[in-house]
Amino acid sequence: MIAALAFYAFAAILVASAVMVVTSRNPVHSVLYLILAFFNAAGLFLLAGAEFLAMILVIVYVGAVAVLFLFVVMMLDVDFARLREGFQRYAPFGAVVGAILFLELVLVFGAWQLAPDAMDLRLSPAPAGVSNTEALGRVIYTDYIFLFQAAGMILLVAMIGAIVLTLRDKPANSKRQDIAAQIARTSKLAMAQPALGAGIAREEILRPLPPPAPEPKKVSHEGGHH
Amino acid sequence: MTEFLNSPLGILALTVAQALALLVPVLIAVAYLTWAERKVLAAMQLRKGPNVVGPFGLLQPFADAIKMLMKETIIPSGASRLLFMAAPMLTFTLAMLAWAVIPVNDGWAIADINVGVLYLFAISSLGVYGIIIAGWASNSKYAFLGALRSAAQMVSYEVSIGFVIVTVLLCVGSLNLTEIVRAQENLWFFIPLFPMFVIFFISALAETNRAPFDLPEGESELVAGFFVEYSSMSFALFFLGEYANMILMSALCVILFMGGWLPPISIEPFTWIPGPVWFALKVALVLFFFLWSRATFPRYRYDQLMRLGWKVFLPFSLLWLVLTAGFLKLTGLLPA
Repeated sequence: MIAALAFYAFAAILVASAVMVVTSRNPVHSVLYLILAFFNAAGLFLLAGAEFLAMILVIVYVGAVAVLFLFVVMMLDVDFARLREGFQRYAPFGAVVGAILFLELVLVFGAWQLAPDAMDLRLSPAPAGVSNTEALGRVIYTDYIFLFQAAGMILLVAMIGAIVLTLRDKPANSKRQDIAAQIARTSKLAMAQPALGAGIAREEILRPLPPPAPEPKKVSHEGGHH
Repeated sequence: MTEFLNSPLGILALTVAQALALLVPVLIAVAYLTWAERKVLAAMQLRKGPNVVGPFGLLQPFADAIKMLMKETIIPSGASRLLFMAAPMLTFTLAMLAWAVIPVNDGWAIADINVGVLYLFAISSLGVYGIIIAGWASNSKYAFLGALRSAAQMVSYEVSIGFVIVTVLLCVGSLNLTEIVRAQENLWFFIPLFPMFVIFFISALAETNRAPFDLPEGESELVAGFFVEYSSMSFALFFLGEYANMILMSALCVILFMGGWLPPISIEPFTWIPGPVWFALKVALVLFFFLWSRATFPRYRYDQLMRLGWKVFLPFSLLWLVLTAGFLKLTGLLPA
């Protein structure tokens, strides 16, 4: 009963926040609703017994991807009035594209068939005696190892591409810190103790020495009161 | 009685009681950590620190709390009100939420879940939202700059923390925090994995925005960073959240590397002391290192901070991970 209640709560909040992502006027609010949606999706994963997926969803999407989204969106200077200006004009095109996508989805899901093995697996998401994480690891690293590696390579290519796109030639006179060189160099600075008021000779300011201070009066400590 | 405890209401009541039994000591520890910080810093700078309110200044944290409560809450006129108030609550809630999986003794975790480490990692990676939202909602330049800095900083250091955790997990073969501590029965992990222990500690400093990585609140250039505009209780929640996070990261450090509740040597006089006391002592030791580094090191420059995270810690922890995996595989020590 509690699981069903939790499911409906998570699902309702998920759908509501997904709607708010699209409809809210402030893009920062949109991203925050997106984060809420991710959270509730993680909750649904937890209810389905897939705790590893739930945690990874929170770590990767909420903890990293959405942070970068928020980072970018906060810095954007969006003029909302101009953004809504063309709404009337573009609405029909949007509706047509949406309708085509919807039709395609209907066609795909109309022909959807579950594999006979999958029906058994649905009842027991993890094999007996093995934790969810371990079961997932076994499948990914044995049955699908090449696909997994291929996914990794694609991400690597994407990462290198992003770095290449943002890498610019350094200007010839740009100054950069070379920490190794800084640590390795021997000190050219030395403590100098010039005479009072004389300054350091290297600066080539030679001032006459001040007159010698008068000798302080000797204080006698022999007898008497202080 | 047992029948009541097995009913949904009974389970709820029991969980609430357990949570209170853990969170009340944590909050008291947070209060006294602020006192300890002032005392330790004072001792290192040859001062006395708080010594007026109560004996040895022991009542100072409570005096500060009452002062905070009495102040007026000020919301800047340009601020996004709801988010402005929600941000400190989020920070504090997340700092408390993570304690659900921390085992202070064998089997004493409130929720002894299979993916405990991942849960902790997920919750600590969410901590950045409190800061970003606070910076954005304040509608102030300083707060915003502080928030941007902290977002970049926390995301960077999470990566190396992740690799450190994976290295430990390789030696354990489980994501359960209790299992991680049990695997250290014979040898605490900070001995074989000492470089990772150092990286974890430094990354924990950066993750909790503590000196020498307290750039998000660098008072000399950003006034106070992301919480410039906060006052009274909303400021206090940030403050409590930061210190609770420090204790949490220390607890994680103790669990991953210093054998959790286990005594240093499993012989008579050490085994008399109960596990939670060992746990608390070790956490206090790590916290002392947090305070010590604050008293010792000057603040990092922003580009040096990024360089350290991405160009030093990340390649090194990745290399050490591969080395550990290879060593475990070749010696046959890899846990099944």
